[in-house]
Order: sequence, then C-alpha cells, then structure tokens
Amino acid sequence: MKHDILIAGVGGQGILTIATILGRAAVREGLHLKQCEVHGMAQRGGAVYSHMRLSSGAIWSDMIPCGGADMLIAMEPMEALRYAAWLAPEGWLIANEEPVVNIPDYPEPERVHAEIRARPRHVLFNATELATKAGASRAANVALLGAASYFMQMPAAAFEQAIADQFASKGDKVVGANLAVFKAARELAESRAAK
Amino acid sequence: MQHTRLFLGDEAIAQAALDAGIRGAYAYPGTPSTEILEYIQRAPEAAARNVHRAWSANEKTAMEEALGVSWAGKRAMACMKHVGLNVAADPFVNAAITGANGGLLVVAADDPSMHSSQNEQDSRFYAKFAMVPLLEPSSQQEAYDMVWAGLELSEKLRVPVVLRVTTRLAHSRADVRVRAPRPENPLSLPPDSRQYTLLPANARRNYAALLRKQRDMIEAAEASEFNAALDGADTSLGIIAAGIAINYLRENYPGGACPYPVVKVCQYPVPEAPIARLIERCRRILVLEEGAPYIEEMVRGHFRKSPEVRGRLDGALPRAGELTPDDVATALGLKEPPALKLAEVVKARPPQLCRGCPHADTYRFLNEALRAYPGSRPLSDIGCYTLGALPPYDAIHSCVDMGASITMAKGAADAGVRPAVAVIGDSTFTHSGITGLLDAAHENTPMTVLVLDNDTVGMTGGQESLSSGRLEGIVAGLGVDPAHMRVLTPLPKNHDENVKALAEELAYEGLSVVICRRACIQIRKRQ
Ligand SMILES: Cc1ncc(C[n+]2csc(CCOP(=O)(O)OP(=O)(O)O)c2C)c(N)n1
Ligand code: SF4
Repeated sequence: MKHDILIAGVGGQGILTIATILGRAAVREGLHLKQCEVHGMAQRGGAVYSHMRLSSGAIWSDMIPCGGADMLIAMEPMEALRYAAWLAPEGWLIANEEPVVNIPDYPEPERVHAEIRARPRHVLFNATELATKAGASRAANVALLGAASYFMQMPAAAFEQAIADQFASKGDKVVGANLAVFKAARELAESRAAK
Repeated sequence: MQHTRLFLGDEAIAQAALDAGIRGAYAYPGTPSTEILEYIQRAPEAAARNVHRAWSANEKTAMEEALGVSWAGKRAMACMKHVGLNVAADPFVNAAITGANGGLLVVAADDPSMHSSQNEQDSRFYAKFAMVPLLEPSSQQEAYDMVWAGLELSEKLRVPVVLRVTTRLAHSRADVRVRAPRPENPLSLPPDSRQYTLLPANARRNYAALLRKQRDMIEAAEASEFNAALDGADTSLGIIAAGIAINYLRENYPGGACPYPVVKVCQYPVPEAPIARLIERCRRILVLEEGAPYIEEMVRGHFRKSPEVRGRLDGALPRAGELTPDDVATALGLKEPPALKLAEVVKARPPQLCRGCPHADTYRFLNEALRAYPGSRPLSDIGCYTLGALPPYDAIHSCVDMGASITMAKGAADAGVRPAVAVIGDSTFTHSGITGLLDAAHENTPMTVLVLDNDTVGMTGGQESLSSGRLEGIVAGLGVDPAHMRVLTPLPKNHDENVKALAEELAYEGLSVVICRRACIQIRKRQ
C-alpha cells in the first residue's frame, strides 16, 4: 500500500495542518511516512507545498517524482494548477474553489476553475463555504482532507481519531466541529465520485 | 532501549544532541537550520538539565561560545545556515588548529536552489578547507545517529566535526529510532594550556598534528557505517551517491535495488579506497551529489585513469539547484526530463509583507520623503523587510549579506552619494550592523540609517531579538549624536509627521539613526 500526496496552497492557509493530521492517521495505521514541507521566505503569502509519502514498505526520496502523485490536495485553485504536473494521469485532484487574490494579475477565477474541470479526475468545491456551514469557518483544510480521505485506502476512523488528537487541546467543541466538517466533505466526495 | 519518533531532520539533530549529552547549543536563526535550536528550547529535558539554548547575536559568537564549552571539556553544538558559516569562518577554521577538547559539532544547513537564501554555497568545501571530517546524512535516522557519531569522532580525533544537511532533509519528517541518553562529560580543561594559544610556535605544532590526523580521518571515513560499497552486476556504469542523492537513486528502482555498483558517501573526507575500486571496475562513472560538483571535480581531476565521468559538470545533471528524483532518473536514461510548463492562467505568487506589517508603513513614508531626491536608492539588508524591494514598494535596492546595508551606504556616502540611506532590521543590526555603524559614527559619515525595529526576528518565524530594549543604548554608546537619533512609530496615522521627521534627517550632512518601531503583527497575534 502506498499513497503519494502533494498538498499545495498559499503561505498561512494551514496546509501543514493537513499534513500533520494525515501523518497522525498514517502512524496510527502503522505506515511509514516521509513528509517534506516549506519553511522560510515563501511562508509569507507565497506559494507553498508539502510532499506526503505514506507506505507499508520502505520510502526512499522525501520528494515525490514528477507525475507520480496519487493525489493533489489544493487549498487554492491556482495553486492546484501550479503543481498539476506532479499528479499521475490516474491521480485525483481535490481543490478548493475559493481563490486567494493577493497578487495584482490574478486571473478570472472561472478560467482557473475551468482548467481544473478539464482534468479527468477532480473534486472541486468551495471548502471554505462547506466548513462554515458545518460550523467551523476556519476548517477549509479539514474539509479538503475529508474529501481526499474518501479516495485513500485508510479507514475513516483513523482520520477521525487523528483529527480528535490534533484539536484535543482546543476543547470538545472544536473537535466536534472539525469532525462534522470532515464527514460532510467526505460525503461530498463520495457523491461526486459516483457521477 | 530504543523507541521511534516522528522528526524533521532538524529535530532529529536536536534530539540527538540532547541525548548525546551536550552542555550547550549555540545558534543564530537561519533557514533551514532554525528548527534545531527551537526544538531544544521547547524540550523538557533541556530545561531540566539547563542546557544552554538561548540565541546568540550571530554565528561567529555562537561558534566561539561552543568552542568555549568544548575547551571546558563538555560537548557543544553550533548550528547555522550555510552563509552563517561565512560569518563564523574565522573561529571555525582556527578551531581546527586549536582542536577540540569536549566534542564539538558544527551543523551547517545548506540551501541548494536558494529557497530562502542569497546563494547555494556548499559547506563541504569549508570542512575540506579547515581539514576536518564532515558527515552528511541521507535520512533523518542518519541525522540522529551522526550527531552521536560526530561528537564521538570529535573527541577521538580531537577536532571539530561538521554535520552538513540540506533544506530537503532539514524540513522533511520521518520516523527515527532514538537511543537512551548519555550523561554529560565532567568539566576538564585541556591538559596543555598552550593548545588554544595560537602563537606562531604553538600554531605550527598544532597544524602539524592536524596534518598527521588527515590519514586517520580518511581511515575513519573508509570504516564508517555511513559509507558503503553496494555491489551491482552491471559494471557498464558505476555510481557515487552522496548524502540524500542515494535516495533519489533508489527511488528509481523497485525495492531500491540499483543494478550498478554504487559507492554511498555520507562521511568525509571522501573514502578513497572504495572509489578507486569503483573506477577500476566501471567504464563510466556517474556522480550524484546535492550541491556543488564537489566529489565530481575530485574524480575528474584526481583519478586520471577514470574513463568517463558524468554529473553536474557535463550537463548529465543540472549545474545548479537542488537535486530531484527526476533529475537522477533523467541522468540514468530512465525518463525524459519532465515538462513543467505551467497553464497560462497560473501566475507567479512571490512572498510579500503581511497585511498590517509595520515595514509597509515605513516604506510608504520613506518613499515619500525621498521624492525630493529623484533617483535615490536606499541600500538594504536581509529580513522580511527585503520584500520592500518588490512592488508595490520598490523602496530598497540591495540585499547582500547581514549588515551590508550600513557599510555599503557608508561607502556610497564616501563616494559622494547624497542622500546615502541604509535600511536594516533590528536583529540584522545586532547581528552585524553595530560594527559598521561604529565606523560611520567615528567619521560622522553623512548618511541616514533606518533601523526597522519590529521587536523580533520576523523572517525566520519570530524568534527573540537581542536588540529588544537595548537599541537606543547601543546607538548612543557608539557615539551617534543624540540630536540625530529619532524614534518613529510607523502607522498610517503618523504618516505626515514621519515624512517630515525623516526629511529633516535626510537633509542633515552627518550621521542620523532613525528607529522605526512597531511590533511585527505575527508576534502580536501570538501574544
Ligand atoms: C549570515 C546569515 N545568518 C542568518 C541569515 C538568515 N536571516 C535572514 S534575515 C534574518 C533576520 C532578520 O531579522 P530582522 O533584521 O529583525 O528583520 P525582520 O525579518 O524581523 O523584518 C535572518 C535570521 C542570513 N541570511 N545570513
Ligand atoms: S512576519 Fe512580521 S515583520 Fe514579517 S512581514 Fe509579517 S508582519 Fe511584517
């Protein structure tokens, strides 16, 4: 069993939280992992990414080879396209619709969405909105993780336990809201994948 | 007893140093090395033993403080980014001549591809220059084990040992088996007090001893558990893979089984015997290494018999930048280079100042005050405030090395530039700006120095700034005329009065220091 997952977004969007929860779930399942991330300059509102490799066997490179990712999780639609070359032809692209417009030449969001929809396997949804409706407006990252989890060979319970551990220090209410976001997004992915 | 934990490469180094019984860790922040000392600052065992873990003013002071711990017979670690080793080069190279007493480990974190740096210099050259051993982990586990091995080697050969990591390993997480901790060494000063007194007569004797140890260092590398000669049936190609490059090689073969003979190099000086054997056996040699073509140049130059050498120098691999598994696959002829053409809708997203950052307000009033001097170009330095070189500010026009804003502006003033303006952050100022300002105060150089005091080391994630509460005292102590030292608060509502105050200092034909003080909003949020 192996999952090579690239997570992308804009500095400050919380992509490292996605990586950390995935890592907790994987360790719980007894998998090996290597996960590299971006620290430093780019974290100031620039393009950031994390490579997450999970496997029951040995993992060599910390970086996923180009064209080798089973999944690309993007907190931001233009960032999804920046790393599209990493995705394997049969890989899934899970992306947030909501753009982060912090540059003067940001394209029309519709054009960005159209590029994503042109990919054979994608789940494009407004993770920010879904998270807000489910009661945790800052949990867009957990929403994306929820959608992504549907395509992974790991039980939902492993993710749920990892989410509970991740937010335990913030109290039961925060844990409950994040679990609700996770579940709603996972169901959304299930219904989209069935189409 | 061993158990497994999930660690960044940097965290593995930090935990190992604590487990191996260091008395002190010394560092100045710098990507990708910052997380080492940050981990030690958070670690309960460091607090329990009161391991030294405060930030130093710069890498030179850090290196010398670590040398002092080693002199006293205890184990010490100094950590820095690659360019930090330039700052610490004087004590580093001379510590090779004094030698070590307690184990002395120097961690240099290189940044190929310049993710957060001004250059991609390769610290292996520094170890060779100083003639000391260097360890280069290929995994987080090796990073952990090498801290132990490095400190032992340092005590055995009585020399400082370098641990070189690169960004990818420093900032990548994996599971690491940790060992039971070892107690600290007792205090014991060097038996011969002349050892650290590098008068020429003593230095010559020490240098002769260092030269004699070179053979021991090569033998240690040849016997090292971190180096290996891995056999392969297909001798049409022999591969030398250093540090994490071995992973990119194995990535390309099922089960990591490369069909060609491979020499894995993770401990230096380069192990001569296995490389000589590889060259004897194989018609062609491919050298895979992260950073400069360091081994490649040796193999090309040293071993004249060698048939054909491939690597970064002949274009088999890119000459610059971080190595990738794709680069290695291409060099092995397994894959076409990936087509990384971006869709037309994808625009560059450079880093930028946070919304509400005090530096943004400073650049607005600086730009307005300078409108009276068309074509003027403030010289600057390294930190979050360097982002003021980009639009919409376009306010600063240099970034060379820590502290160079003040000294370059002084040179510009000496050359006749008016107004000469330097823009420097508070931590950069205490790192390397103070001595330059002393030069300017001594000559009352006509220039204006803006110290951007956000009360933290912003760029590297908000570490404590040693300037905190001391800035005016330092500036006054250097002899800057108090009438020309001002403190402004960069806020939109103060814009007009800040423009006016700065304009007065720009017009003054002498040295002015303008402290622009408002806390970084990121640390404000955390408090
Ligand atoms: C010799 C050296 N050491 C460390 C660094 C990494 N580094 C760059 S800027 C900086 C600190 C900047 O702090 P400050 O001057 O307070 O500016 P701020 O980022 O807070 O605006 C550091 C640690 C470096 N580039 N060179
Ligand atoms: S981290 Fe602080 S100093 Fe750096 S850009 Fe953000 S607000 Fe400004």
